[in-house]
This record gives sequence, structure tokens and C-alpha cells, in this order.
Amino acid sequence: MRKGAKMSGDMLQVTLSFGFFIVLIFITGFYCLLVTRNLIRALISIELLMKAVTLLFMVVGYVTNRTALAQGLIITVIVIEVVLAVVVGGVILSIFTRNNSIDASLLKKLKG
Amino acid sequence: MTLDTFLLAVTLAFSLWTVMAKSLLRSAIGLAATSVAVTVLMFRLNSPLAAVFELSVCSGLITVIFISTISLTKPLAAKEAIEAGKAHVRRFRYLFVLVAAAGIGMLFLNLVPDFKPHCSAAASDARAILWNFRQMDLFGQIIIIIVGALGVVVLFAERGKDER
Repeated sequence: MRKGAKMSGDMLQVTLSFGFFIVLIFITGFYCLLVTRNLIRALISIELLMKAVTLLFMVVGYVTNRTALAQGLIITVIVIEVVLAVVVGGVILSIFTRNNSIDASLLKKLKG
Repeated sequence: MTLDTFLLAVTLAFSLWTVMAKSLLRSAIGLAATSVAVTVLMFRLNSPLAAVFELSVCSGLITVIFISTISLTKPLAAKEAIEAGKAHVRRFRYLFVLVAAAGIGMLFLNLVPDFKPHCSAAASDARAILWNFRQMDLFGQIIIIIVGALGVVVLFAERGKDER
């Protein structure tokens, strides 16, 4: 943050409104991740968190007039999202095959 | 209320629906709807390439992955489903309060972001940025995809052994 640098009114409005909703979406995803016992729902909440991060990249790119760089980073985030969904989906299916459940509280075999 | 604010409110509503829905299938559909709302916002903020990726990959491919994963797991019995539904409502009862409190808190804090880019001399084409300046990102993406593919192969091989 530079001292003395001021944002234009339009950009300030965009940053404020996006920042407000990004924080709320992040809280929603984080709360779900904390309280849920269902592994698939936990994965969905991680995807929601990544959605908030994607929105943050996008708005910062727009405000700083670097949408091209922001798009490059967003594409990287999307690739990570897909691979995460595929691999964690596979892990969940593997857990389901062994335990016949996707409830995280029943995963007692993981206890050291 | 601008269109952007309305779309952001829709995104938040879809994300709340995603976590509050009792059915996992509805949650997956809610996530896809959230992605669609984010896509529209991306188009409005001059990010068309990222928007196309978001729409095709996040709303399409990831939803298909989720629905496949859900359909490969066994649904709960009627009695268990009722119990799980009650537990779900019990666990998520504070979410609306928390979101509302955070929203009101942020309104009262009256934060004013005040930053400007240090340098605006950047390429304007996302493809040029990706291929010329962010090559390590592409390299990382390729490695992540290969690792993901190998991970799936190993996991499904183990699953096949267990089923046999």
C-alpha cells in the first residue's frame, strides 16, 4: 500500500463491494469446512474457498489494470481446483470402499 | 445497487445454498450455480478468457466429477438420512448469524482500500502473459496434471484390488 496514492471513486466502489462479498463467501466456505463431517461436503467447501480466491484475483487484476496477469493466475487456480477435485474424489471413493461411509468421524483407522 | 453488487449477492446466496443443502447433489448443483455467477462477474470485469475457463471447467467438469463421486457412494437409508438431516441443520444453524455479523461488522469498520499499481506497463493479452512471463506457472500446471493423473491411477488400482 503506497502512501498518498488514491483510488478513483469507481475503483474504490468495486473494491469495497467485491471485498465485502468475498469475505462473506470465504466465511461461508470456511464454516462449512469446520463443522461438516461429510467428506464430499468438505471438498465442496474447499471449492467454495477457491472460488472466493478466484474472485479476489479477478477484482485485484481489474483495480490494478492488470487483468491479463490476473487471468493467467486464475487459470492456474482453476487447474489446481480440477486436479484437487479429481484426486480428493478418488481418495473419498477409496475411503468409502474400505469403511462403507464418507463420515469423517468414523475414520478411526487413521488414528495412530 | 449496481448490477455487480446484485451478482455478488446472487453468488453469496448460491454459496449459502451450497453449504446449507441437505442433499449432496443439490450442493454440487449449487456450486455449479456459484461458478456461473462468478463467470458473469468475470465477463463484466474484463476477464473473458478466465470466464470461459471458469464456465467450462468449474461449472461443467468439476460438477460432473462431484456428481460421479456422489453417485458412486451409497445413499443413506431413510432413517439415517433423517438423522443426518437433523444433524446438518444443527451444525449449520449459526452460519447465517455468523455471515450477518461479519457483514454488519465490516460495514461498521468502514475499511477504505487505498492502493495503486506500482507499474502499469504490462502486456494486455492473457495469452502473451501466460506464454512469455508465466512459463513456470504453465510448467507447474503440467506437473500438477501429471501428478493428479498418477494419483487417480494409483487410487483406482487400490480400489480395484480391494473390490476383488
